[in-house]
Amino acid sequence: MTTLIDVENLTLSFRTDEGLVTAVEDVSFSLKKGEVMGLVGESGSGKSVTAKALMQLNAGNAVYDPKSKITLHAEGREVDVLSLKKAAELKIVRGGAISMIFQEPMASFAPAITIGNQMVEQLLIHTDMTKAKAKEVSIEMLDRVGISDPSKRFDQYVFELSGGMRQRAMIAMALSTNPKLLIADEPTTALDVTIQAQVIDLMKDLVNEFHMGIIFITHDLGVIAQTADKVCVMYLGRIVEEGPVREVIRNPKHPYTRGLIAALPRFDDLDAPLTPVPGDIPSPLERPTGCVFHTRCREIIGDVCKRDLPENRWVDQSHRVACHLHAKTEAVR
Amino acid sequence: MSDEILISAKDLTVGYNIGKGFFDRTVLKAVNEVSVEIKRGSFFGLVGESGSGKTTLGRALLKAAPITGGHATFTDGEVTYDLATVSGDELKDYRKRAQLIFQDPYAALSPRMTVRDIVAEPLEVMGLTKTREETDARVREIAAKCRLNLEHLRRFPHAFSGGQRQRISIARALVSGPKFIVADESVAALDVSIQADVLNLLKQLQKDLGLTFLFISHDLSVVAHTCDHVAVMYLGRLVESAPTRQLFAAPRHPYTKALFSAIPSLDPDDRGRAQKLVGEIPSPLNQPSGCKFHTRCPNAIDKCRTTEPTLENPGDGHAVSCHRWRELLEAAITA
Repeated sequence: MTTLIDVENLTLSFRTDEGLVTAVEDVSFSLKKGEVMGLVGESGSGKSVTAKALMQLNAGNAVYDPKSKITLHAEGREVDVLSLKKAAELKIVRGGAISMIFQEPMASFAPAITIGNQMVEQLLIHTDMTKAKAKEVSIEMLDRVGISDPSKRFDQYVFELSGGMRQRAMIAMALSTNPKLLIADEPTTALDVTIQAQVIDLMKDLVNEFHMGIIFITHDLGVIAQTADKVCVMYLGRIVEEGPVREVIRNPKHPYTRGLIAALPRFDDLDAPLTPVPGDIPSPLERPTGCVFHTRCREIIGDVCKRDLPENRWVDQSHRVACHLHAKTEAVR
Repeated sequence: MSDEILISAKDLTVGYNIGKGFFDRTVLKAVNEVSVEIKRGSFFGLVGESGSGKTTLGRALLKAAPITGGHATFTDGEVTYDLATVSGDELKDYRKRAQLIFQDPYAALSPRMTVRDIVAEPLEVMGLTKTREETDARVREIAAKCRLNLEHLRRFPHAFSGGQRQRISIARALVSGPKFIVADESVAALDVSIQADVLNLLKQLQKDLGLTFLFISHDLSVVAHTCDHVAVMYLGRLVESAPTRQLFAAPRHPYTKALFSAIPSLDPDDRGRAQKLVGEIPSPLNQPSGCKFHTRCPNAIDKCRTTEPTLENPGDGHAVSCHRWRELLEAAITA
């Protein structure tokens, strides 16, 4: 499989009244074509900010560190995403190679424009289709994502659709430009479990059919287990663990990942007490020194955790972790 | 948990008049002839998809939604109220005894009030304390129970994370010393790492203060871990009701089974085995004939399309409303 996108040392802060707030720090990962990567973490861990950086969609007060580099490999050429400045240039990524699905479909569609017109509008902007062709493609996509009676839905407004239908329409819209990379930001969080199961199935089918890469942002490890090939676990803006989904879920190395898994209510043992990750996620204004997780860590070793930032270490070929517990394993390659 | 019943509802119906004009008497029944009994000191779970009427039922029991049919009684050993007719001073007294914890801790707290004022407001509104000192003492007592720092009381809600905010809303709900708490999706907006913490706190408070909870949730795994008894709702009807263990060991209604299998498994090799439910919950304005669930049920037969099943209780405390549950159970045993 060929590489689709490379992110190296992404560091990103926001200028605010209280000073510079670091949202993402030294994040590196790469994604191959047709691969589904899960990005997991609590609210405030920087997962959405990381994903939005790939399209430079963060707010105007975002400051990218000069060391940060995002390289997109699309259609035989390399694009340095962070060097793009003008809106016209950014079209290569925005709506071109990358599409995004948001969490709350009701808030993402314009309420006073029909779904069809919104789908056609973006196709006219991002492709050179004629209006008639764009309508045809849109209806085809609505049909493909399992919306019944698509030509009727095309002329409806978003409030006329149910939650599941809205999310399907959103997916149809994101895929109609035929992106290479799809960013799905908590696409099933607002849905009921039964509808969530349907949307997850749909997304799996679409990966097989369109063969695009997907970055799946969620806080639900169950959803990740069902969809992703590999996982990055984020905490306070840093990737603390990365690896294939089976490895990370069955054999988690970082205390935070272990904590997340232990906090999940399980069906196999109803008597097992629920173990929360102790404490609350610190405010980004008061980033802990040393390991960012040490204030809540159950397996803290000692002063080293409070003082030194743990290096990324590879525990095997594809599984890396940033934790002093694994200091004896081979250092970063 | 005792055997005494705190809340008893019989054929409880909540209907909204949505007719257009004087002669159109169309009624939307958000809750349709539901009967439940909530024991004192229990943790009663209510599950279902959005639109199933679980929130409306919770609100009706708090006298925050109009009861248009059936009966509901509240008995806590001191007073007995008929919830369909309670009003005036009695209603004010009922408000002290029954409280609600909301879903979204970001929307439920006023950004312009300090935590102390938020928690003290019910005391002032209900006139439960006479002096400021008394109020402060009560606020501090309840804040400690909900694991809030005393120095937090001077801050505003924006300074807190989701889990801390939810603890503030819990403190506000408990400050009047209620017996009955409706927790409406109280952990749905929280991260899993914090969710476990809030659930443990609710359990602890229940034990310490002798509370009875109606815990509304769409997340079966959370319900499985916290509740003693679970009722499943679909389109305003109660379809199954049983002690938690019994329900999770052997669900009887096809809808409950489908809800189980829709939960994403944490095992990556367990993909796609689930029995998926097709379609979505029908509009309550356009309800299916017969069994409300037949449009999505994998086991529906002709009888389901014409006759609505009644909630039958075979005597083991595990009630179910399905024509075919015995048949399906036997088929599952022989298979």
